[in-house]
Amino acid sequence: MTAPTLPPVAHRRPVRTDVRVDATPARGYGDRVYGVFITTCALAVPALLVLVAAVIARSAWPAIEQVGTELLVGRTWDVPRGQFGALPALLGTLASSLFALLLATPLALGVAIYVTELAPLRLRKPVAFLVDVLAAIPSVVYGLWALYVLVPFLREHAMPFLGETLGLRELALFRGPAYGPSLLAASLVLAIMVLPYIASVAREVLQAVPRAQREAALALGATRWEMVRDAVLPYARSGLVGAVILGLGRALGETMAVTMVIGNRHEVPTSLFQPAYTMASLLANEFAEASGELHLSALMAVAGLLLAITLVVNAIARWLVWRMERRA
Amino acid sequence: MTDVSRPVTASAPSEAGSAARAHLTPAVALRAVDAAEDTRSGSAVPISTHGLEASYGSVRAVREATLTFTAGRVTAIIGPSGCGKSTLLRCLNRLHETVPSARVRGDVRIGGESIYAAGVNAIAVRRGIGFVAQRPTPFPTMSIRENVVAGLQVLGIRATGSELDDRVEEVLQRTGLWNEVADRLDGNPMSLSGGQQQRLCLARALAPAPRVLLLDEPTAALDPGSTQRIEELVYALRGDVTVVIVTHNMQQAARVSDHTAFMLAGELVEVGPTRLLFTAPVDRRTEAYVTGRFG
Amino acid sequence: MTVPDAARTAGAASSRALGATRAMQRRRRAGSTMTVLIWAAAGLSLLPLVLIAGHLLVGGVRVLTPTFFTALPAPPGVAGGGVANGIAGTLVLIALASVIGLPVGLGAGLYLAEHRSTRLATIVRYLSDVLSGLPSIVLGIFAWEVVVRPSGQFSALAGGFALGMIMIPLVARATEEMVRLVPVALSEAALALGFTRWRTSLSIVLRTALPGIVTAALVAVARVAGETAPLLFTAFGTPYWSLRVDQPIAALPLQIYNYAMSPYDDWRAQAWGGALVLIVLVLVISMLARRATRSRFASASGGAVND
Repeated sequence: MTAPTLPPVAHRRPVRTDVRVDATPARGYGDRVYGVFITTCALAVPALLVLVAAVIARSAWPAIEQVGTELLVGRTWDVPRGQFGALPALLGTLASSLFALLLATPLALGVAIYVTELAPLRLRKPVAFLVDVLAAIPSVVYGLWALYVLVPFLREHAMPFLGETLGLRELALFRGPAYGPSLLAASLVLAIMVLPYIASVAREVLQAVPRAQREAALALGATRWEMVRDAVLPYARSGLVGAVILGLGRALGETMAVTMVIGNRHEVPTSLFQPAYTMASLLANEFAEASGELHLSALMAVAGLLLAITLVVNAIARWLVWRMERRA
Repeated sequence: MTDVSRPVTASAPSEAGSAARAHLTPAVALRAVDAAEDTRSGSAVPISTHGLEASYGSVRAVREATLTFTAGRVTAIIGPSGCGKSTLLRCLNRLHETVPSARVRGDVRIGGESIYAAGVNAIAVRRGIGFVAQRPTPFPTMSIRENVVAGLQVLGIRATGSELDDRVEEVLQRTGLWNEVADRLDGNPMSLSGGQQQRLCLARALAPAPRVLLLDEPTAALDPGSTQRIEELVYALRGDVTVVIVTHNMQQAARVSDHTAFMLAGELVEVGPTRLLFTAPVDRRTEAYVTGRFG
Repeated sequence: MTVPDAARTAGAASSRALGATRAMQRRRRAGSTMTVLIWAAAGLSLLPLVLIAGHLLVGGVRVLTPTFFTALPAPPGVAGGGVANGIAGTLVLIALASVIGLPVGLGAGLYLAEHRSTRLATIVRYLSDVLSGLPSIVLGIFAWEVVVRPSGQFSALAGGFALGMIMIPLVARATEEMVRLVPVALSEAALALGFTRWRTSLSIVLRTALPGIVTAALVAVARVAGETAPLLFTAFGTPYWSLRVDQPIAALPLQIYNYAMSPYDDWRAQAWGGALVLIVLVLVISMLARRATRSRFASASGGAVND
């Protein structure tokens, strides 16, 4: 087709009368290419998830067949003897994450409430910004700091203080010598790391609470805190739970900082002072130099287990946050 | 659907012609003052809808609308908010179907040719039709000049620089914008006032010399001064361009249009010469609306 | 919960105290105790930031000499040495990750914005959020399985692939959000002028949303720039200078990790320097991201609603 020439605008100049000015073919080629491209990209997301799960499951299969449930309940991880019990890593992962959450949740929710409800207006943005900066620090930097600042501090001061001065070593949770690298150190650094994450999701959730909820409470004479407690928090509850569970997902899969301070010992942890292991650290330490197919496959099984747990945790958390934000 | 006992309303078959105001044949519908101009409206094309139905999901926004928009005349569509007047307009350039879940049934013919026939390209249809939305929509990443020629460029038109410059000046003159922006054609359109932005959009719609111009409440967001300029321009376009203007402002309809269609709850209630529709409506719902008793 | 619900709970709160001044005082006290606790929580949460920043500066600035940026790593015990290859490697990995992750993330984001409420869009949006919460080390293992194992060697490409996968959901969701800020009327105006779908999307919608999308891309880049775990068995690291994509490549986070875990004092000292450089890199990218949004987008969307 030749390009049409410029038709006149003004009065009394005859021009074509048909409306089909241009001769672009129906559903232009470009439109089809574009549509296929963005659809493919969109489909890549679910495809990627399925592919990751499938690839890891396939590689883990030999170990699942040969080692079986021993993977889940076995307490011994001895590569040369072919024993692959990942229970210590599994429990270490759960223990460090849950303890981290216990520490981080009140603080994170506190920051979120502070930033959205209570802080003076001119402090809100700077505090929110600093929390974001905390979230932007790479894991390995947290690990470095924890290894050379936090762990010595725990060993020299905090652990003796908790154990001796407060006499907590009578409790099983605080028993054992003060090594430094320990479940406690891992939990602390994890708590610091997931705190900004929980806080920023919680902030979004709180911001989604409609104004009318707040004003209804204030109009009835509630104090600011009563407004938060009686109107904002109940409304936002499921979203806040979602935020905390998202933090749990983060903590479960966090690798570098934990690997650097947890002590990497294959034992079922019984005390916070004890060195332990997590699934992610196990992968970080052994995957690159896995010896033999079975070892590799067992590590793949550990990766699959980690994937499955974080998948479920994230699916639940996202669902909770979504439900809350859609309702608002 | 229309009350069957009132064949004079628009959704009755317009070909019947039993009542003068049932359809818009020029001979009957034209105002006396327009009769003389009629001879030169050779390049404009009529638009007709035939049992047009439009819906969003399960909501039927337009039901069984059949009417004709006379070539080279201005037709206003009035009615309360949500009556489907914008949807009807957006069916005339196949814009309605770009909304997810939107459906169109029935037919629209422009210059006698169906624009919904199989094999007709929606994009080609839109290229012959100017459209101005309720709120100004200049493209913020383009300069004022680029905005004006956006519709020309997309046609792949070969024009020399001076031809294009002439066209830019011509349409900006017509929209009364030239004196205001001539010195900053390469400036950001977002720096213009709302009224200027809307006239820029009108210039953009006029630049490809459309035979049909669709205006969706073009002055709803504007000040009286800008409104007046746009109304004057619309009035001046009659003859060459078939204009359909959706408005919720009855005075505006009375000022600029030759014919007026009244819609209510998706239904086309009445169509007729503007003056008659406002002074002697046939349908009592039309009467209630134009006398301000509801809506 | 609806407004009456809120009214009821708040009403219960206030009726509990009606008329009783002592109760009122208790309420005030409870309120101020909680307020103090929340202030304390905010302060305590930011304490680690202060500590980490302080230690990084003290530990890092000492080793930041010009040669630190230009030299290759020195063997333990040998003075000097730097992280030049790590910085270059990280930049190469970021570029590879962007090449892989940005187009797919952009495309998926456009899809999500254009098909807001279709079932597929809802699923993709949800899974995209789930995907972004998965441990990065798992994606590293995935990259090892599909790139390293078949090719028989660690490579920059594998590392970039792993980081790219991490970027996809981040870019997709952020792009969607930015594109949604572009008024529908704007793309309709383009369609009404006879623009094709793809031209409308690319030259009107995407161009208008561009500053926001640049921000989104930079935020994603900043996030992956500091990733270590997915590189352990993909990019792997090397003490030598290499920019080849089919060979193992050094990366700043990997070097920090290796140095920090080493028994040598001068390497450990250099880990602090590396960490300082890495964090400055990440923060600079984040700042650029903020600036990109501030500059043009505000004016682009602000003008249309001024009347």
